[in-house]
Amino acid sequence: MKKSRVIQLLGLVLIGVLVGLGYSQRATTDASESITAVGSTALQPLVEAAGEQYSSEHTGIFINVQGGGSGTGLSQIQSGAVAIGNSDVFAEEQPGIDASKLKDHQVAVVGIAPIINKKTGVTNLTSEQLRAIFTGKITNWQAVGGKNLPIVLINRAQGSGTRKTFESYALNGQKSADSQEQDSSGLARSIVASTPGAISYVAFSYLDTSVTALQVNGVKPTKTNVEINRWHIWSYEHLYTSQQPDQLTKKFINYILSTAVQKKLVKQLGYISVHDMHVQRSATGKITTVK
Amino acid sequence: MDKIRASLLKKSIASKIERRGKIISLTCLALIILVVFLIFYFVASRGLATFFQNHINFWQFLSGTQWNPGTNGTNGQPAVGALPMIVGSFLITIFSALVATPFAIGTAVFMTEISPRRGAQILRPVTELLVGIPSVVYGFIGLQVVVPFVRNTFGGSGYGILSGTFVLFVMILPTVTSMSADALNAVPRYYREASLALGATRWQTIYKVVLRAAIPGMLTAIVFGMARAFGEALAVQMVIGNATLLPHSLVSPASTLTSILTMGIGNTVMGSLQNNALWSLAMILLLMSLVFNMVIRYIGRKGKLNNER
Repeated sequence: MKKSRVIQLLGLVLIGVLVGLGYSQRATTDASESITAVGSTALQPLVEAAGEQYSSEHTGIFINVQGGGSGTGLSQIQSGAVAIGNSDVFAEEQPGIDASKLKDHQVAVVGIAPIINKKTGVTNLTSEQLRAIFTGKITNWQAVGGKNLPIVLINRAQGSGTRKTFESYALNGQKSADSQEQDSSGLARSIVASTPGAISYVAFSYLDTSVTALQVNGVKPTKTNVEINRWHIWSYEHLYTSQQPDQLTKKFINYILSTAVQKKLVKQLGYISVHDMHVQRSATGKITTVK
Repeated sequence: MDKIRASLLKKSIASKIERRGKIISLTCLALIILVVFLIFYFVASRGLATFFQNHINFWQFLSGTQWNPGTNGTNGQPAVGALPMIVGSFLITIFSALVATPFAIGTAVFMTEISPRRGAQILRPVTELLVGIPSVVYGFIGLQVVVPFVRNTFGGSGYGILSGTFVLFVMILPTVTSMSADALNAVPRYYREASLALGATRWQTIYKVVLRAAIPGMLTAIVFGMARAFGEALAVQMVIGNATLLPHSLVSPASTLTSILTMGIGNTVMGSLQNNALWSLAMILLLMSLVFNMVIRYIGRKGKLNNER
């Protein structure tokens, strides 16, 4: 009896100490030494890499990065649960978000290209043809000069940032026809690679030799073409904060926007640096040239 | 004298320990009930908001065929028709149960009646291993093997109910098999002995006596498998194509409640119609698993009555 009492007591003390330790840790790290960024999976690699680099340069500071999707990022920052909300779309475009309460930081640009299965026999489409394919008016590749193969549309999930961008700038705001949907770019690409007649769209960083990246109106999907807006299908990657972010959040965003990160990390990870853009686009889609 | 009196009237240490144990287990129980209750409350409060806050007609939700909560459908109302997903979920569940049942019962009969030794040594561990494989692995195999197979054999893009059925069939097979085997094992030994003593062959005994006696248990096993198939998200999502269209053939892309839920939940904002509509789907899922549970209990009770008679 005595022995078990002692063990019980020791267990209780141990739990108490652990809880206390955990609590004190939480208190110190939450105060100012860590920030949490949540949202877009397309932007996640960049923020993660930048966060790691930042922590290694500033000891004791942690940047927690989580996925969850652009919608999650925007709603979490709106409710004040996190310091940074990552998003592929403008807050103005997302239903249920009050954009005036948020501050937009555009940290990178992502170009999006239509991809098709290699055996389709098509390398170029006009934007009218692309639109007709995605709205379901053309259903066979023969109609656009390819082989006699039915067209298999593969969309990204409804509400995904990539899909929103593609519908806005490739389909001129028209909605794509109901079709197969996939919730990640990698899966969409591997399905296009293995399914005859399949067409989808992915960010430039996902382009590889397993699929054909289509030219639109004879324009190749390249970084240079995005920078001068000859390639129209691109979007900003946003870090949203509250109107008055705390010091650490401000510093971290400035760090991502610094030339060091923009010149190296952003390019390594397949994004396009905002510093290289020769044009600017507003939330309503208005293009202005940067001097 | 007083000492004995006192020790009789005072609570003994054993009874104190027992009371402490009771309190601990009751607290755990209460906590679990609270969690279940909270989950129901949360899902219902979000899921019902679609109908009370956003004023979507409930029947329209169940019978509509357009799903695109961000935009308005042809009737001017937001397009939240969940019929394609509901149909997809049910079809895939029923088909996979239909395909899995003969295999499961056959295996179970082999394991318990025909070759119990080998069954216990080889088949049991193998089925248990199948249960332990993560669903993403099933989905990946489905994507790389089943989808091309279906495409080359049955046409279409390969994504659809048929591929989903094949994947789910393998996933629920171990559950149904091991539960059926338990049901067969539970058939009293004297049933078999009586049947054999009357001159029945082994096959006659299995078919006319053991299987008949184990029907309630096997039904429970099948419904359990169906419940698992209904709730499976990841593996199905990878092979079904996730098109919110009413499936017009077994090889046309379709969707299930779970696949649309997992795909959409990260892209919507808490409190918006898009988000509420997804919660409504979750509510249907929850209600359906309740129904499956009730069916299992009902079969269990019925089965007992039959055995006592």
